[in-house]
Amino acid sequence: MENCTRGRTGLRIAAGVLLAALFATTGPALAGKKDDTVRFAYDQAPESVDPFFNNVRIGVIIGANVWDTLVYRDPNTSEYKGNLARAWKQVDDRTIEFDLREGVKFHNGEDFDADSVVYTLNFVADPANKVTTQANVNWIEKATKLGKYKVRLTTKQVFPAAIEYLAGPVVMHPAKYYAEVGPKGQNTKPVGTGPFKVVNYVPGKSITLEKNTGYFKDSPKGAAKINRVEIRFIPDRQTQMAEMLSGNGDLIMHVPKDQADQAAKVPHLQVVSGETMRIAFMQLNSLDGTPTPALKDPRVRKAITHAIDRESIVKNIVGAGSRVLNTQCFPSQFGCTDQGAARYAYDPALAKKLLAEAGFPGGFETEIFAYRERNQTEAIINNLQQVGIKAKLNFSQYAAMRDAIRAGKASLTHQTWGSFSVNDVSASIPVWFGGESDDVTQDKEVQDLLKKGNNSVDPNVRKQAYQQALKKIADNAYSVPLWSLPVYYVASKDLNFTAYADEMVRLWEMTWK
Amino acid sequence: MGGYILKRLGLAIAVALAVSMIAFLLLRLSGDPAIAIAGEGARSEDIEMVRKTYGFDRPLPVQYVEWLGKTLRGDFGESIYFKTPAAPLIFAKLETTMALGLLSLAFALALSIPLGVLAAVYRNSWIDRLCLALAVLGQALPNFFFALLLIMVFSITLRWLPVSGSDTWQHFVMPTIALGYYAAPAFMRLIRAGMIEVLEADYIRTARAKGLPASRVIFKHALRNAVVPVVALAAVQLGFLLGGSVVIETIFALDGLGYLAYQSITFKDFPVMQNIVLLLSVIYVVLTLASDVANAWLDPRIRVA
Repeated sequence: MENCTRGRTGLRIAAGVLLAALFATTGPALAGKKDDTVRFAYDQAPESVDPFFNNVRIGVIIGANVWDTLVYRDPNTSEYKGNLARAWKQVDDRTIEFDLREGVKFHNGEDFDADSVVYTLNFVADPANKVTTQANVNWIEKATKLGKYKVRLTTKQVFPAAIEYLAGPVVMHPAKYYAEVGPKGQNTKPVGTGPFKVVNYVPGKSITLEKNTGYFKDSPKGAAKINRVEIRFIPDRQTQMAEMLSGNGDLIMHVPKDQADQAAKVPHLQVVSGETMRIAFMQLNSLDGTPTPALKDPRVRKAITHAIDRESIVKNIVGAGSRVLNTQCFPSQFGCTDQGAARYAYDPALAKKLLAEAGFPGGFETEIFAYRERNQTEAIINNLQQVGIKAKLNFSQYAAMRDAIRAGKASLTHQTWGSFSVNDVSASIPVWFGGESDDVTQDKEVQDLLKKGNNSVDPNVRKQAYQQALKKIADNAYSVPLWSLPVYYVASKDLNFTAYADEMVRLWEMTWK
Repeated sequence: MGGYILKRLGLAIAVALAVSMIAFLLLRLSGDPAIAIAGEGARSEDIEMVRKTYGFDRPLPVQYVEWLGKTLRGDFGESIYFKTPAAPLIFAKLETTMALGLLSLAFALALSIPLGVLAAVYRNSWIDRLCLALAVLGQALPNFFFALLLIMVFSITLRWLPVSGSDTWQHFVMPTIALGYYAAPAFMRLIRAGMIEVLEADYIRTARAKGLPASRVIFKHALRNAVVPVVALAAVQLGFLLGGSVVIETIFALDGLGYLAYQSITFKDFPVMQNIVLLLSVIYVVLTLASDVANAWLDPRIRVA
């Protein structure tokens, strides 16, 4: 097994050397500028392009470019603006009424009106229709038509993040067409109102978008500037990079830092990096049955936090566009704050002292589970080793890691969480501390505070509840907040491209230089 | 001969069944499929729903027997990921993979026959050693590494061929070379050995003594006999090339069965994955069987053994 791993490492190094040679031999660009087509390669194919029936990033990107939502969140100001809805008002804790925009048409010519909203929302809210990510829709009770351009939305419980979801994954489908063809038909021949329409789609292979020339003028997104976008699903990252180097690609994303650093030296390419909402953190299992009982002692958990040199790892390994976090949420999310929360500076001497006080002067042995960014986990292991904690790496698939967490078999886990790009802390911290199966702390007080924050529509009540919960988590070192993760894009130098924290590729904003 | 074929057929079916069983188990043992399908952030209820919907809550032998029974009746099930029937999805990609397999085989033969002949004719000379070096290189280089080398030369530096895709014949050139080169050494060594043996035969000496030109002796009299075992090997190698296309199709984003297999593994799409494995193993087993039968037909000693 070890030989096999060593062999594979050797092959990876060989591939890396070859890739470095690729960078050295590259020539000038054959840009997509001349045929006004952005060629975008992505490593995963979505299972369906209907935004309600996939849970991969490229599906979210296609969703936002081909469809529209009732509300749009300005990525620069985080302000909510009317998109398919002109205006809305919170009638009571569980009811919102929307005035819809008139004169908007779907790509097939069908009018957008209250029927589109009512049909879409009631369809996706019905569990029988099996929307892939239930969390995106299971808060909706029903939608009712109040007029041709007026709709009432009722939520099952008080759901303060409703507008955030309506500005994100909850897109609007054409009622007549969707009733006729259903999700399967939307996948075969997708129809939205968005700035791009789908002109060709070969599942698992490619999707071609074309500018929607009839896009409604008042959209806060704005009309597409580039005529065509060809998205190809290329699983191999080296091949994606080769497409960029050969001038046959205009955009790739999720490029590893080392490759991005090399691509930056290629004359016809540019590297754009940006912080994302995805955060890294360590879960520490302090339940009664934990495989590492030392973790039940707060001094040990604090020692672990003090032992990790987060500043240095961010600077040297994670890279530009990342920052150190003091609480386990992304700073732009509503309710996320580190105000008043304990901070743990890098201090190995203090870590050793705390370990000695807890009865572990020589440290202890444990296991750390991880599933991505292995180099970051290895840096953490190295830091822990320096204070005497010997953490054996168990690197596995996400599903296997999660199995271990839920079965109570994982002590330390190096986790990441993207909050589904939902800019509200309710999409993040309650997952890990809300009392469900991923909660390896089970602090009733924290759970109650999170419930309070989740179940109020008063922003001040929410903010205060989340702040208290985050403070308690930090003060007790229940988990180790690490850093935000950046994403690296490699693009043709001819392309004007902006990276956003929600990892949304806004194709409609792109222009050629 | 009939008994021999029946015996081999029985063995072939047993091999195909064993492969399908191992593939089934390996896929199931790599983590809970329900968690993988439900995705990041799924709640326990969602995972439980997935488990029940796909029947993952039943004992493994029950799941296996049910799947096999359905497959044997022609029901390949539905792709968990693409939410479409698995059979059309798989068979739509078979054409590309078959084309790549056959092209690679043709390339391997086109490369190995002349090299094998040259090595035999100039036995123990520098030409022989050069041919041997080429063969060793072919087997030693991992095909993904060789594929990247080809991309570097022909796509990035020379800009002659597209890096990836499957729309035109140009898209098949580099995958064919990358896959075929790996298969060539086995043919080359077989041809070299066969040619050396044949060239020492009495009838070749007679042909030479009659004053026939060297090329006629080599290609008409010697090669025809030396190439016979290659036909049997070609059948086995084709099966190997079809199975080995996963890496090459993934690198070149060639829209074939191997590429689909890669996606199915990534997304834990069991119905698709299991049926691809079964289909490829059946093809491999059928080709091996054909090769055994051809060998037995050509050489009666094998039938007796």
